[in-house]
Amino acid sequence: MNQLLRTVLFLPPQASTVAQGIDFLHYSVILTTMFGATAITVVGLMFLIRYRARGPFRREDPDANPPLWAEVGVVGGLLSLFCLWWVIGFMQYVKIQVPPEDALPVYVTAKQWMWKFAYPDGEHTISTLYVPSGKAVRLMLTSRDVIHSFYVPDFRIKQDAVPGRYTTAWFEVKEPGVHLVMCAEYCGTNHSLMRAQVVALAPEDYARWLAGARRDAETSLPHLVTGGPPGETTPVPGGLPGPIEDTPLSVEEFAPATPLSMVRLGTQVAGDLGCLRCHTLDGSPHIGPTWAGLYGAAVPLATGETVLADEAYLTESMMDPLARLHAGFPAVMPSYHGLISPGQTAAILELIKSIREVPGRAPAPVAGLAPTLGPPPAGAIGQEPVRPLPVETLQRVPAPPDQPLPAEQGLPPPGRLPNPPPRLPIVVGGTPVVPPAPASTGGSSP
Amino acid sequence: MTAAPTETAPPLPDGPESEPSYLAVESGLWSWLNTRDHKRIALMFYVTVLGTFLLGGTFALALRTELLTPRRTIMDAMTYNRMFTLHGVTMVWLFLIPSIPTVFGNFILPIQLGAKDLAFPKLNLVSFYMFLLGLATTVGGMLAGGTDTGWTFYPPYSDLTPTRLVPVLLGIFILGISTILTGVNFVATTHMLRARGMRWSQIPLFVWTIYGTSIIMLLATPVLGMSLLLVGLDHGLGLGIFDPAVGGDPVLFEHIFWFYSHPAVYIMILPAMGVISEVVPTFAHRRPASYTAIAASTLGIAFVGFFTWGHHMFVAGISTYDAGVFGILSMFVAIFSAIKVFTWTATLYKGQIVFSTPLLYFFAFLFLFVFGGMTGVAVATQSLDVHWHDTYFVVAHFHFIMVGGSVTAFLAAAHYWFPKMFGRMYSERVGLLSASAVFLGFVLTFLPQFLLGNMGMPRRYYSYPAQFQWLHVLSTGGAYLLAGALLLTFTNLALALKWGEKAPANPWGSRSFEWLTPSPPPKHNFRGAPNLDYSPYDYTMTDEEAHARAGQ
Repeated sequence: MNQLLRTVLFLPPQASTVAQGIDFLHYSVILTTMFGATAITVVGLMFLIRYRARGPFRREDPDANPPLWAEVGVVGGLLSLFCLWWVIGFMQYVKIQVPPEDALPVYVTAKQWMWKFAYPDGEHTISTLYVPSGKAVRLMLTSRDVIHSFYVPDFRIKQDAVPGRYTTAWFEVKEPGVHLVMCAEYCGTNHSLMRAQVVALAPEDYARWLAGARRDAETSLPHLVTGGPPGETTPVPGGLPGPIEDTPLSVEEFAPATPLSMVRLGTQVAGDLGCLRCHTLDGSPHIGPTWAGLYGAAVPLATGETVLADEAYLTESMMDPLARLHAGFPAVMPSYHGLISPGQTAAILELIKSIREVPGRAPAPVAGLAPTLGPPPAGAIGQEPVRPLPVETLQRVPAPPDQPLPAEQGLPPPGRLPNPPPRLPIVVGGTPVVPPAPASTGGSSP
Repeated sequence: MTAAPTETAPPLPDGPESEPSYLAVESGLWSWLNTRDHKRIALMFYVTVLGTFLLGGTFALALRTELLTPRRTIMDAMTYNRMFTLHGVTMVWLFLIPSIPTVFGNFILPIQLGAKDLAFPKLNLVSFYMFLLGLATTVGGMLAGGTDTGWTFYPPYSDLTPTRLVPVLLGIFILGISTILTGVNFVATTHMLRARGMRWSQIPLFVWTIYGTSIIMLLATPVLGMSLLLVGLDHGLGLGIFDPAVGGDPVLFEHIFWFYSHPAVYIMILPAMGVISEVVPTFAHRRPASYTAIAASTLGIAFVGFFTWGHHMFVAGISTYDAGVFGILSMFVAIFSAIKVFTWTATLYKGQIVFSTPLLYFFAFLFLFVFGGMTGVAVATQSLDVHWHDTYFVVAHFHFIMVGGSVTAFLAAAHYWFPKMFGRMYSERVGLLSASAVFLGFVLTFLPQFLLGNMGMPRRYYSYPAQFQWLHVLSTGGAYLLAGALLLTFTNLALALKWGEKAPANPWGSRSFEWLTPSPPPKHNFRGAPNLDYSPYDYTMTDEEAHARAGQ
């Protein structure tokens, strides 16, 4: 019966412990709604047929009212029903608002347009929340910029992430599986792309993930690697059940498949491969150095040396990011060696070169000149917060004339993204978790 | 079928002794632009809000077209975000809030009270020009690029958005002034200009709802002005009242915004209930099952509506205790609405019902309003709202109330009072056809959106997971059907303006006071001061007896 009603009413799977109870109340309210609206209309139509005017109007019979007890009975009954629903709904609400004492805490930070999850033992993940099944998880949410809302339809929970304060939500997943997270509070251009996933692992897998998370979720949990067509909901052999999301990662993906300039292609590639999750194009500080004004700038390294950000250094930073790390940024970037084609590498370089001049910023020294030690390049920690700009700003960036796209570079295949899917977590090691500052002040990592 | 009343209720002869109608008494553009006649001002509002309805509807069709596919269909994300904002702003402030009060309230309310005009005719004209100014400012802001915050303007996003927010806010602020002026006028008219003999317990039900609406306008609109002003200062000057980056509080905005915007829902729906309360007794040819119940529940909704705003914030981080209080208070609004619904239905009982286009709109209203209202109870139930909040379920819910309720009643009024306003009869056959098509198109558009919400589709999504697509396609198809049906409706009315049969003074055999005057009414509505010391729903009298008693 539960399954039948759930299917008829198009409700998602009941993956959390509270979902089924909420759905029972849902069934009762919605079925009453459908029945009530239909019944009152049918009664009205019956009156219309029964009492339609025949011939000339008679004078009204002043006593022709339905009995008072009927109306009082119906209204009183309805009020009692509403109050009953309110009592049940309020009790359930209190239950889903108050986390159990022993719940596993996870800090959730939202920003335009991504979700970051931080565990008390020092791990970070981006866009994927790993949790053990059969154990309550308490989320403490905040936002770095505007209001977002953490929504997992399969769990029947939703909680706004508000900048400047912490809010709490909790859930307990019943079975291992993958569940879609969506942002439910409008937060700007890419609001609809601000999705993530909850991966519920069997407790022993979760323990293994915790132990091995430091390097790479893919290697420590090979059986999690899933594939298949978009919208797939059946269990993938060897994988976890759940929808395989083909979330577009940037608005640029919506662009028509006409020949693109290298700069446009670079923007697209940067979105598809997840570069823009950490790097910005408008000079605002984020997890990694901004690309605005980067090319040709003198980059201070973590070792104290300085290097000129030319093609060689930028390419090296893509393939072996930790070899010469930009001072002031955490060592979190994964290597893209083998994951990015030469054409894509070139496109990203062209993109970075195209945004050397950013309004309000001194132009970077021309490449080839002797590097000078100036102020720290764009994006260094501690600069004043820069308001997020819409993606369309990218198109205003002075770009070199369109170059025809070499055929062999092509566009990334629509739908599925190059391997590995950029949705896999970028695992951050080593640094202890400090709940991120609520306001958007500077870099996110300590 | 409409022939039945005219057989027994011959209209007052529109002989040569009658005064010229308000349409014929003067001519020339200036006689319209500088008029103080409430009927002419009502017509100017009519033309204006039909234009804004067309604008908002065009935005809606563009949005629905974009949602045909999970990714880009016809526009990019930024355009989409601006467009849903402008759709909301246009439909809420430029159409729904002014529609029934400024058009039918302006035209009908003074006549129903037996007055020559509103209490402050010049203020009425000022209100119209304030409306035009607000309209121009808002549309100018749209042309300058519009804004993308959603019609709710939640900070801190509205503080940070790079789009042009300020002209739109300013426009709405000016529209608010127009709303207040109109509200003052209606309240003053109801208090001061009732005809000789009209007691408070005999005021027509439409007047009661417009009166209740005006009270809400007067009390709530200043709060809207305040909140928009603060957001504008935040956005323009970086004042930061709602921006946590400088110590402000975004949740504070949600409180003051919904303190206006929830009562604003009743600004939009109460006049619709007033129209229905006139249509049902007229076509059932009997008095309402309970005048007191309808009038009292109107005031009940207007009052309780001020104490339910927190139900918009169940997942915003408010305390569970507050959520409980707001939840139960919201249930009372539903009970008052239920009382009205039962009273309307009971009014049909043992009536002498004439089936016609306005009555068909009543049946559409009945189903859609009960369905929409009951889903309102559903989202006021806290644990259910956690799943539904900010999903298409909420979108479907308020469109059932706003379109299924208010727009359906607006169309009912447009047909019901058409003979009175223009002195012509529309084609009943086309009217019935278009009303059925409006209902079907509406259901096809918004019923799938309930299912989308159940599945978990969040609102304001440009791109969406593929499993939602087929329901979106259904909804878009319905939207086109609805648009076609509305075009047919207004074409039917527009054609009747010129080619319609000449309307008698009282084509429906109604006992309400506006039907005592010729169609269209003369400039000062009645001959001399009418004596309206009887119930406007007294069907124990014949038409002749009513005219004699009123001295008309």
